[in-house]
Amino acid sequence: MRVLLMGNPNVGKSVVFSRLTGVRVMCSNYPGTTVNYTEGRMKVDDETAQVIDVPGTYTLDPTSEAEEVALKMLHLGDVVVNVVDATNLERNLFLTLQLLERDVPVVVALNMWDDTLHQGITIDVDGLRKQLGVPVIPTVAVSGQGIRDLVEAIPRARAARHGQRTREERWVAVGQITDTVQTIGHRHHTWTEKLADATVQPLQGALIAVGVLAVSFAAIRFVGESLIDYVADPIFDTIWMPVLEWVSAELGGEGILHSVLIGRLIEGTIHLEESLGILSSGLYVPLGMVLPYIIAFYLALGVLEDVGYLPRLAVLLDSAMHRIGLHGYAIIPTLLGLGCNVPAVLATRILESRRERFIAATLVSIAIPCAGLQAMIIGLVGDFGMRYVLLVYGTLLLVWIVLGLILHRVLKGFSPELLIEIPRYRWPAAGPVAVKLWSRARGFLREALPVVLAAVVVINLLYVAGVFDTLSAVFAPALTRLLGLPGESVTALAVGFVRKDVALALLAPLSLTAGQFVVASVVLAMFFPCMATFAILIRELGPKDALRATGIMIVAALSVGSILNALL
Amino acid sequence: MFGWLRRRKRSPSGGDVVTLVSMRPGQSGVIVEVRGGRGIVERLAVLGIRPGKRVVKVSSMLLGGPVTVEIDRAQIAVGSQMAARILVDVNVS
Repeated sequence: MRVLLMGNPNVGKSVVFSRLTGVRVMCSNYPGTTVNYTEGRMKVDDETAQVIDVPGTYTLDPTSEAEEVALKMLHLGDVVVNVVDATNLERNLFLTLQLLERDVPVVVALNMWDDTLHQGITIDVDGLRKQLGVPVIPTVAVSGQGIRDLVEAIPRARAARHGQRTREERWVAVGQITDTVQTIGHRHHTWTEKLADATVQPLQGALIAVGVLAVSFAAIRFVGESLIDYVADPIFDTIWMPVLEWVSAELGGEGILHSVLIGRLIEGTIHLEESLGILSSGLYVPLGMVLPYIIAFYLALGVLEDVGYLPRLAVLLDSAMHRIGLHGYAIIPTLLGLGCNVPAVLATRILESRRERFIAATLVSIAIPCAGLQAMIIGLVGDFGMRYVLLVYGTLLLVWIVLGLILHRVLKGFSPELLIEIPRYRWPAAGPVAVKLWSRARGFLREALPVVLAAVVVINLLYVAGVFDTLSAVFAPALTRLLGLPGESVTALAVGFVRKDVALALLAPLSLTAGQFVVASVVLAMFFPCMATFAILIRELGPKDALRATGIMIVAALSVGSILNALL
Repeated sequence: MFGWLRRRKRSPSGGDVVTLVSMRPGQSGVIVEVRGGRGIVERLAVLGIRPGKRVVKVSSMLLGGPVTVEIDRAQIAVGSQMAARILVDVNVS
């Protein structure tokens, strides 16, 4: 049996999904996270059923890509669980009636049932059940209330077979149903609603946005540094280091196996950042330097998502983003890119036109440094002083803006206008935030750790084979003249194709000046997306546009790098 | 010169009809017409923006930015060109 979860965006569908299946899924307060649908399993009458979380849709007459996906998937389902926002019955029932007009068994979950009480809304559930002709179950997915009833109701679902209505007839029917089953009491604006309104006023909203972003960045840095100072470093220094020293001594401090496992000794000792063995830097860079910032970043992002702030940011930035050919909603992939460019490029699917997707994906992969790279920039460039870190960020922001302006002028076509629902502010529940954080951190470990370890092995073997000496001999003159970087940094740039955090770690032993470090960080961030992002770019944009985007990156990286080199 | 006067039309119910863009923040009214192709009319309708619905304008951004409105306690942000095609009777009590 196949169960489809369908409903409008922002009704808590993904939370219902994770309640039904127990699968860890992303669930956020904005549409777009489920364009890639999620699939899980549940028990219905001792039988295993497949559950599919269909992208949020307002109607079965598709008006967007996500809705087309939803419509296609409707044909695959045996039962539809229609998740409805009980506080906005009228709008939600349009889709419900469309489903009931089709020959498919339906159960309605009246979700966010607890909010109806706060809002003075009364719904006659029995009346609604009779009007619709299918089971109606009040649920509160975040707390799990009503989920058991919902599971028990799934086998009782049946097709109501309402006759086919025209659009107008359907709106009339929706109006009649809501008039009979729903009463709305009067109620005053709460302070969260007043705050909600302030965040979309031009001036107050801008001030609040600056505050929110400043607090977020401060929080990310505080959490990241604390995790490094009080968790990661103590573990590596007091527990792991003695193990490494023992292994190193057993191996006699040299040889191929030693350089693969432990790496080079620096002044006779193992250096976690610079030694470059799989057991030293291979573990310390991803786990000791990058993971703390991944956790800090996704914690902050998860809270902002679940509070419902991001759509407001999109509204505030809309006018400005139109100057670079995007609408405000493109800020969501952009922010995601600060964690990892791969989900960011995937999230550009929430943008309607191909042109917007190309601009957004190109800008993300060129000017948005991922958390791994940022952790290394803060860790290594930060040693010279925070102003150099700010210089790197400032340059990348400038590149993002200037390149956006250029792409907007050069590319044909226009950008569609913003049209989004702004969800109510919600107090983020610790459970869903933690689940999402865990799933993203695990994703990082699963994707990044093997690549980092493999890269370290390959780098060491190439070193021994002398490949890098040849490479630097060939490219050193150009590199030095254009970017002012020493020939040895070729290795780092080459590794930058694979992983940028490892690449920056390779620069650490070269005793670069602050200026050289800034140039190298900017060039590394810009010149090529990492392998994983490149693969996703090809998949999302097609090979031709992915190559175009890559061409833009290489040209821009070399120009910006040489300008910076001339200035610093 | 009196262009702003001409833009105000009398609605069948005798109220003043303005676009969402020219409404003041905090002002409310009833939608009387949504102009545009079928696609856009439908996209707005499923979000609750359709004739007969009571609407409160929450804000509009500077420099031709989006207009935020509240309908049935849900807030929706609409690009200003779309908002200019949504006509609202602001004199309905």
